[in-house]
Amino acid sequence: MATVAAALPASAPARPAVPRAHPFRRLLRRRGAAVGLGVIALFVVLALLASFIAPHDPLATSWTAIRKAPNGAHWFGTDEIGRDVLSRVVWGARASLLAGVVSVLISLSIGVPVGLLAGYAGGTVDMLISRVTDAMLACPFLILAIALAAFLGPSLTNAMIAIGISATPVFIRLTRAQTLAIKAEDFILAARAIGNAPWRVALRHVLPNVVPALIVQATLAIAAAVIAEASLSFLGLGQQPPEPSWGSMLNTAKNYVDSAPWMAVWPGVSIFVLVLSFNLVGDGLRDALDPRQA
Amino acid sequence: MLTFLVRRIATIVPTLVFVSMLIFGLQQLLPGDPAIVLAGEDQDPSVVAYLRAKLHLDEPLPVRYLYWITGVLQGDLGESMRLQRPVLALILEKLPVTLELAAMAILIALAIGIPAGIISAIKRNSAWDYAANVIALWGLSTPNFWLGIMLILLFSVTLGWLPASGFVSPFEDLKANLASLIMPAFVLGNAIAAVLMRHTRSAMLQVLSSDYVRTARAKGLSERSVILIHALRNALIPIITLGALELGTLLSGAVLTEQVFTIPGFGKLIVDAVFNRDYAVVQGVVLFTATAYIVLNLLADVAYVIVNPQIRVQ
Repeated sequence: MATVAAALPASAPARPAVPRAHPFRRLLRRRGAAVGLGVIALFVVLALLASFIAPHDPLATSWTAIRKAPNGAHWFGTDEIGRDVLSRVVWGARASLLAGVVSVLISLSIGVPVGLLAGYAGGTVDMLISRVTDAMLACPFLILAIALAAFLGPSLTNAMIAIGISATPVFIRLTRAQTLAIKAEDFILAARAIGNAPWRVALRHVLPNVVPALIVQATLAIAAAVIAEASLSFLGLGQQPPEPSWGSMLNTAKNYVDSAPWMAVWPGVSIFVLVLSFNLVGDGLRDALDPRQA
Repeated sequence: MLTFLVRRIATIVPTLVFVSMLIFGLQQLLPGDPAIVLAGEDQDPSVVAYLRAKLHLDEPLPVRYLYWITGVLQGDLGESMRLQRPVLALILEKLPVTLELAAMAILIALAIGIPAGIISAIKRNSAWDYAANVIALWGLSTPNFWLGIMLILLFSVTLGWLPASGFVSPFEDLKANLASLIMPAFVLGNAIAAVLMRHTRSAMLQVLSSDYVRTARAKGLSERSVILIHALRNALIPIITLGALELGTLLSGAVLTEQVFTIPGFGKLIVDAVFNRDYAVVQGVVLFTATAYIVLNLLADVAYVIVNPQIRVQ
């Protein structure tokens, strides 16, 4: 060892004193991302344990408690048919998180294989996939989602499918661009030179290198999907009444903004906080996974 | 320039063809017989038969597409089942309202986003920079329909300064027109301001570190003219292109904003069509929006070439 060290030229770059930290640790070092992660964890707990945490049945109506301002019994007040707003906000977290995650999983499950195929195969396949992607990207995201949800029929499941399909072209384009860049690397040439089948090179060597960019995009896409689900529910195309959803709660609340403003405040604050958290984590992940920031 | 234009237009043709196929394909998502679904709740047999003949439902899918696209190219986007009027006429009737709203939203976004981005870049890592970043994150994370409701609560219900909903034509009463659009335009401009701010900040940071800015400073120019005349002019180039991509946000946002403020525009047309299962209108609006988006992006590319002499020379 000593011989090797002595043989190194004096000008050789010194090895970093501290090894590069794990990306997750680097993420947690960013205050915004750490807070965002904590808030998301809180919402996940709320969604999973809604039946234990919600103080009332979110569907139970009470004609004696119509549009009551926040009080000891109903911390966030009650709605136009006497349902507890806090309980509906807690249960609404389930619809929002479910829609956010499932929509992005749909986008990933279509976008990644198709993008990988376009980038790796090239030629006519790439040209065709790219043209279809361009066409989908030409339709503004929410308008495409509204149109798809309208034709599929209003329900939370169809809203998730509509959002997932509308967000797919972004993942196709990202995966394709990353694949094209990675395909030109020497290690891919080496993997092909030793006789690996094309699918094996794509899945075992290209795909793992696309994952960091996909994680960042998926986190930001969840934020967009949460807003999109709330928007579709606000328009009556997502979660159907009486099931609680933040978007549909706001749709009702806008009719009572002068007499019961609390009905509009809490679902909106919840969407804002959850989306902000995903955006903070997405920004943090972008920095943490960027080798230049290490 | 002409070669660039021809080449760029040639690239959007296949995109438009695929867009039309995609939107035509939406009809195939309808469960069951499209003629029965499109006929609405009454399902009058004569209407079903009329629709079957009009949509050529007995023909194979590619033939139906050819019939449909031929009509579209002749300006026939179909007919609204509810209003019994051509879809294109409905779109053109509602469009001016949305265009006025969009123009005001863009002005608000430019007035907030570009100065905030400049300040954030020239006072990097200061309290101003952090404040601008917080405002940008706020803009990106706030659902615009909720912001609309909160503004109604503050300015209409509590302070009574502005009307909560409705639209007054500028030809009837300009003051009332501005009062009816200022809140929706702010809601719509807010998210775009956040994106513009981020783009302006990063473009300004890049330009401010370049040699010609250092030369301008070395010549003794005032900081004001270095930033506004030398730096901003070049920083605006990427802002134009990236800003054009926000046109989609503007059109999507208009759907929700017009719903909250009951503005009879383009966005409300699609929402009403969705509620009334007026699928021809939904299809027509999406096709019109996508085409407008593609054409506006083309214009942004042309603007990019005009303002950037380097590309013109190449």
